[in-house]
Amino acid sequence: MRKIWLIIQREYATRVKNKRFLLVTFLMPILIIALIFGSAYLSVSGTEHRKIAVIDPNGFIKSSLKNTSQIKFEFPEKVDTSNYSSKGYTDILILPKFDSSTKTNYILKSKKSMGLMLQNSISDKINNAIEDQMLQDAGISQSMLDSIHKASQYAELKAYEDKGSASKESNAGLAMGIGYASGFLIYITLFIYGTMVMRGVMEEKTNRIAEVIISSVKPFELMLGKIVGIGAVGLTQFALWIILITSLTSVGMSLLPDDLQNQVTALQQNNGQMGQAGMMQASESAMRIYNMQHTIATANWPLILFCFVFYFLGGYLFYSALFAAVGSVVNEDPQDAQSLMFPITMPIIFSYLITNMVTQNPNTPLAFWASIIPLSSPMVMMARVAYGVPNAVTYWELALSMVLLIAGFLFTTWLSGKIYRTGILMYGKKVSWKTMIKWAFTKQF
Amino acid sequence: MDDISFDIQKGSIFGLLGPNGAGKTTLLRMITGIFYPDEGQITLDGKPFNPTEDIAKIGYMPEERGMYKKMKIGEQALYLAQLKGLSKAEANERIMYWFKKLEMESWWNKKVEDLSKGMSQKLQFVITVLHEPKLIILDEPFSGLDPLNANLIKDEIHGLAKRGATIIFSTHRMEQVEEICDHIVLVNLGKKILDGTVADIKQLYKENVFSIETNQLENINDNPVFTVVRKEGNKVFVKINQGHNSNQVLTHLINNNHPIVAYNELLPSLNEIFIKLVESTHATARAFQTI
Repeated sequence: MRKIWLIIQREYATRVKNKRFLLVTFLMPILIIALIFGSAYLSVSGTEHRKIAVIDPNGFIKSSLKNTSQIKFEFPEKVDTSNYSSKGYTDILILPKFDSSTKTNYILKSKKSMGLMLQNSISDKINNAIEDQMLQDAGISQSMLDSIHKASQYAELKAYEDKGSASKESNAGLAMGIGYASGFLIYITLFIYGTMVMRGVMEEKTNRIAEVIISSVKPFELMLGKIVGIGAVGLTQFALWIILITSLTSVGMSLLPDDLQNQVTALQQNNGQMGQAGMMQASESAMRIYNMQHTIATANWPLILFCFVFYFLGGYLFYSALFAAVGSVVNEDPQDAQSLMFPITMPIIFSYLITNMVTQNPNTPLAFWASIIPLSSPMVMMARVAYGVPNAVTYWELALSMVLLIAGFLFTTWLSGKIYRTGILMYGKKVSWKTMIKWAFTKQF
Repeated sequence: MDDISFDIQKGSIFGLLGPNGAGKTTLLRMITGIFYPDEGQITLDGKPFNPTEDIAKIGYMPEERGMYKKMKIGEQALYLAQLKGLSKAEANERIMYWFKKLEMESWWNKKVEDLSKGMSQKLQFVITVLHEPKLIILDEPFSGLDPLNANLIKDEIHGLAKRGATIIFSTHRMEQVEEICDHIVLVNLGKKILDGTVADIKQLYKENVFSIETNQLENINDNPVFTVVRKEGNKVFVKINQGHNSNQVLTHLINNNHPIVAYNELLPSLNEIFIKLVESTHATARAFQTI
């Protein structure tokens, strides 16, 4: 045990002290936050400005095509497809005379092609204008129309998980986000840490240090020490990320103006209402921050965190043992590693694809089976757990999946241990999965 | 590996010889417990070898030297010594002792990738003997070392043997074996073909050839006692005929009034014996294959 502990310490220390590890660990959260804010900023200010000439024989479109910060609509005379750019327009939009009995096309010509989002927003505007016109033709007044458009502001869907007396607000969007994010994180880390184990084993083999160490410890101890040590590196990274992200957000919150912070606290105390009379109305941004906090609080975080750690570790142990086995049979040629890795990476990629479907619909038979079978359960079960236990996933399903995952990684570790102890000292021979399986299931030496 | 068996005396330096691919490394891996033999057994101090318990008593320096390239030398030595069961303080003390002895004190914070081949060889040797094993197994310990460092290591090997360690030493460099080993075993194609002390083996394979140094070599010719093999400079090489001995050669020379400057027996070098034996086993193997 003391020897395994020494190996774990070395594997852990050499990686955690590595500059690249520190860089990734501290830059990643900053990068993610910068990416979110940066893309938000770019979507507001960074897009190009367009000036569109509209040729409209109908007359009623004009009121619907309102200028925005990005698009300016003008309705000039004597502009056509041949001269719009020389007159200073980026695009020309040619509308036919609309007629409800036939389908017609309208044309947008541009010097530079227009993004899909912009195209969609223009076509939405025109369709709305036509719809409004048809309603007005049918005798609905302008004021009536305006109030219809505001209908969405009168009612909002609130979904509740039915837990008898203690019904709790649920949020499908949040569940989907958590499921997707944790599935994706497990997917990425399985690859990163799995290949880290494989490369570590390959390093020991090609450096021939394996022979020196195996004259001191059993091959299985060396393999296990490496897997556990690298797994601990992964957990450390997650822990640091969580600490960094929470502290960065609280720092960000404290940088908000004082009155905004006061408003958010008031909202929290009064359950989302600016209750007391005489108090000022909550600003839109305070409301938004409150809603975000409120939504995030609806999730069962302790359970999700526990499951995440469990499924990350389980999946990591399940797959990294297999990666170690591959590393042990590869000779100097990394090409061999590629082809031997294929049977391991395929189920990981498939599980990720299934996870994407499951985040939308957590209770299909596919979702059920994929979350029970250890090959895919680490990712798929996380996506389902995000929808809540015991609503989306019953307790026995969760327990079965966990037990099978533990059994699964015990099996792969045992299997890989047998392959590893032969492979690590075998030089020169090219090994296929067939021979590896043979090593695993025949008694040797 | 086919039916190999030999004894190694405690405190002796034992040479395991054989051409490339003879099975030396495989044999050593069995002795170190890395491989298990299909049949037969290995005993240490009269008891069956138990890899889990006896592993700390063995120091193995494999032919292919292995180190973590990015790890600092001091940390690496400390780690490997602790894996052999030393406490950290103990390991530290002994590393300091050996580094001082072999003039490696300034290496502690260097990385293995910065060392030359010979330097990493020295380091590997230190790591092998740090935990004071009773049985030290060295696979080609001198490859890559300059004569100065080779002598340094050779002296250490002798010193270790004197202090009671048994040393198994595998090589195909015969001149080193002659210098160092007490006892040798020659293997080829997985079989043992020679076993004995260096002196015995030389006696066994001598061809009764003597060299006579004289200034009148033209007068020495074939006679009933010996046959002339060849003449070179002022030396005559003669082979004693069946039924005669070296004293009779001398008597014959004195009786015939040949002025003798020096007279001594020509023993075959291990190198010659090695080549002869290996070639003959290969020939037998080929003969078997053609049948």
